[in-house]
Amino acid sequence: MTDTPAIILEAKGITKKFPGVLANDNVDFDLHKGEIHALLGENGAGKSTLMNVLYGLYKPESGTVTVDGNPMTLNSSRDAIKHGIGMVHQHFMLIPVFTVTENIMLGAETDHRAAPNEMPLVRLDRAEVAQKVRDLSHQYGLEVDPEAVVGDLPVGVQQRVEIVKALYRKANILILDEPTAVLTPQEADDLFRIMHELTAKGVSIVFITHKLKEVLKVADRITVMRAGQVVGSANPKESNEQKLASMMVGREVILTVQKKPAEPKEDVLVVNDLRVKDVRGLEAVRGVSFTVRAGEVLGLAGVQGNGQTELAEALSGLRASESGHFSISGNDLTGKPPRQFTKAGLANIPEDRQRHGLVLGYTIADNMALCDYYHMPFSNGIVIQQKQVDSNARKLIEDYDVRTPSPYIAAGKLSGGNQQKVIVARELSRPVKLVLASQPTRGLDVGSIEYIHKQIIAMRDRGVAVLLVSAELDEILSLSDRIAVMYRGEIVATVDRKDASREQLGLLMAGVHEPA
Amino acid sequence: MQSEKQTNSLSKFLSSLKQFIEWIDPILVPLLAILTSMIVGGIIIKSVGGDPILAYKGLLEGSFGSAELGPVKSQRAISETAVWATPYIFAGLAVALAFKGGLFNIGAEGQLALGAVFSSLIGYALPGWLGVDLPTIIHLPLAILGGLVMGGIWAGIVGALKAYTGGHEVINTIMMNYIALNSTSFLLNGVMKDPSPTNVIARTPLVAESARFAPIFEGLRVHWGFVLALFTAVFIWWLLNKTTLGFEVRTVGANPDAAHYAGVNVKRTIFLTMFISGALAGMAGAIEVTGLNYRHELGFSQGYGFDAIAIALLGKSHPIGVVLASILFAAMRNGATRMQFLTQMPVDLISMIQAFILLFVAADAIVRFIFRIKSKGERVVLTRGWGG
Repeated sequence: MTDTPAIILEAKGITKKFPGVLANDNVDFDLHKGEIHALLGENGAGKSTLMNVLYGLYKPESGTVTVDGNPMTLNSSRDAIKHGIGMVHQHFMLIPVFTVTENIMLGAETDHRAAPNEMPLVRLDRAEVAQKVRDLSHQYGLEVDPEAVVGDLPVGVQQRVEIVKALYRKANILILDEPTAVLTPQEADDLFRIMHELTAKGVSIVFITHKLKEVLKVADRITVMRAGQVVGSANPKESNEQKLASMMVGREVILTVQKKPAEPKEDVLVVNDLRVKDVRGLEAVRGVSFTVRAGEVLGLAGVQGNGQTELAEALSGLRASESGHFSISGNDLTGKPPRQFTKAGLANIPEDRQRHGLVLGYTIADNMALCDYYHMPFSNGIVIQQKQVDSNARKLIEDYDVRTPSPYIAAGKLSGGNQQKVIVARELSRPVKLVLASQPTRGLDVGSIEYIHKQIIAMRDRGVAVLLVSAELDEILSLSDRIAVMYRGEIVATVDRKDASREQLGLLMAGVHEPA
Repeated sequence: MQSEKQTNSLSKFLSSLKQFIEWIDPILVPLLAILTSMIVGGIIIKSVGGDPILAYKGLLEGSFGSAELGPVKSQRAISETAVWATPYIFAGLAVALAFKGGLFNIGAEGQLALGAVFSSLIGYALPGWLGVDLPTIIHLPLAILGGLVMGGIWAGIVGALKAYTGGHEVINTIMMNYIALNSTSFLLNGVMKDPSPTNVIARTPLVAESARFAPIFEGLRVHWGFVLALFTAVFIWWLLNKTTLGFEVRTVGANPDAAHYAGVNVKRTIFLTMFISGALAGMAGAIEVTGLNYRHELGFSQGYGFDAIAIALLGKSHPIGVVLASILFAAMRNGATRMQFLTQMPVDLISMIQAFILLFVAADAIVRFIFRIKSKGERVVLTRGWGG
């Protein structure tokens, strides 16, 4: 980078209000040509608001935006695109049944009218666009097959399609909103390689995230936001995770989980040669056997898609198993419906909290009674005792630090971290023998992660067995007492935490394992 | 100082207005949809040379009476509106309950017809089979129960198909409508046809006196079935919002995956939702037989089962909303004759206005645009897509 880098995008004094919230409070932000500028902050800090202002989706109350020194008026995303700004949203804006080419041409179809007074019918020239897509992917090292149907592609490749889509629209400023939230570690590394390739070719990138490690790894510059304001900036070469976390949260944060050595007791979860099929009918879990004891955390590591999801769903009754057995505290639960699991003492923190864990349209109070509505004290079997449901919610909101103005807010209106806290509160407040936590901190902010980790360890210390399924190796390493590695539907190794190293686990997760 | 005070009271007024709008918000769109439709209807009347004010005056008089009309005719107008409203309420509740459970019951018309057929059968044939005269306190509930169970089974079949095979309820309720309506025709022209020598109509014999509701007022057709309909609406509200079964129905409707996770038996709940929905539609038929017509005849149902879909939508699937929407639809149907008498506007105009109401409720963005109301929160999703 040169000494006087050219500023390509500059926002000054951006203020954006929402009813009751000052989402952006006089925010200044600039982007140099060819750099990766990380925008770091917790959920709700105002990062996405700022980017939506830059992308023309929100109109700020005050403030100016200039691109290449020219002030621009942003009334819609079309204006932003015209100025060369492209955005890759956290939730992709792709149509699954269309091919890559069709998705990329969507909204940017080439106009083949010979004369302007001709019928405004646009001929879809797929071949031409496909060729352009090939050129772009070649130029920037983004391998995508233009003919592939988007729905069949892995998440990481779908993201690449989004990037190509932006480049196709001649974007030279890319905004990536939490791009790694949905990726496996390998896919994330791939993305970082692509990002560097893009910046080397003159594209400038705003990288929105709350993951500290990634920021230190890829960013050229870091700006930290908290509560709608820019609270500081940092140079990744001189900063560290601890400093950034404190800046983000506004207080000292304990990143490593403090815990005593485990005191494992009797077997709680016993799994014996379990086989489970995935949605496509392929065998995803292929003869898995293991045990989790009371008072210990067994971490189940593995790259996403190696059968952990199916295993966790089978162990909570959400998915039928093909053969084999498993039991919780001696209760054989193979083939039983989910309610039997709850009765046997399972606390299930599901992987997809919005699909399984919550009814987003229901109030927090109703969500907190979601699994126990049918018995005392919440009902007499026929009529629901709303007073009990409400007082239970008030207590749990207090005990588990759910940030909400009232228990009668719809769960869908909470931030991801608070949604997860609602689930954790509901599940852990029951008499529990086994906690099954699947990706319990995916997409959450530092504060919430810290809190949920503490809760998991607290359960372990109370003598509960914990099965932690996570694609985050750091999470596995910091919480587990023993670690099992899953690869292609099998447990390829189980190691004690104290004997485990990051490198060894990484190799096992990749399927490399030395013969004994 | 003075102006500051003024702005202060102005902002106070504005905030209380805002509060009022928020409070009224759930019924704001339906109300404005009705208003808009009446205006559009008025424009149409005017454009064909009619007098909209006179037409709507006739509509109002015909449905709720007026001083001009005199007490006797007014009473009859209100009574007839209640008579129309009765099957609307039951059938509307049927569709609304299914909506709450995430299901689309298009088959209320068929369930209603079969409910009416079985209610009639029990009404006219049961004493003969048993060889004794039944007291009203036993016979009437049995006749209603017959219709209720038949409607429940008819929709329950669709519910079971949905739950255990994944067959989509929209297709299946439509198909079951054909079977139900043609079977009704077959039965009423065949084994169940009124055998009296002068009869040439496809209708059942009259039900026994013991299987009939008494009229509430002598000389007026309004019957206790209307009161039962109001009680049923309150009961359904209680069932949905205060009971564990209602919680299960709503949870399956809102998020079947979370319901499964929470230990709800999703398949059973889908079946039960359809069963109860069908039972309500069957009851609509049974009440028409026991309260009003004392028999079932082909063509007695004036498309109640289909209007019920519009009523459930207009009532936002809320039982009380369904009652209000039913009374509105009933009043429009009932008042149409008086409107035609006064202004020579055809009664079909009412169907047009009703269609407009439905259009504006379903596409509430239009109403929100016209009246500049901001949409807040997520939109209510009434049913999941075709994929189920």
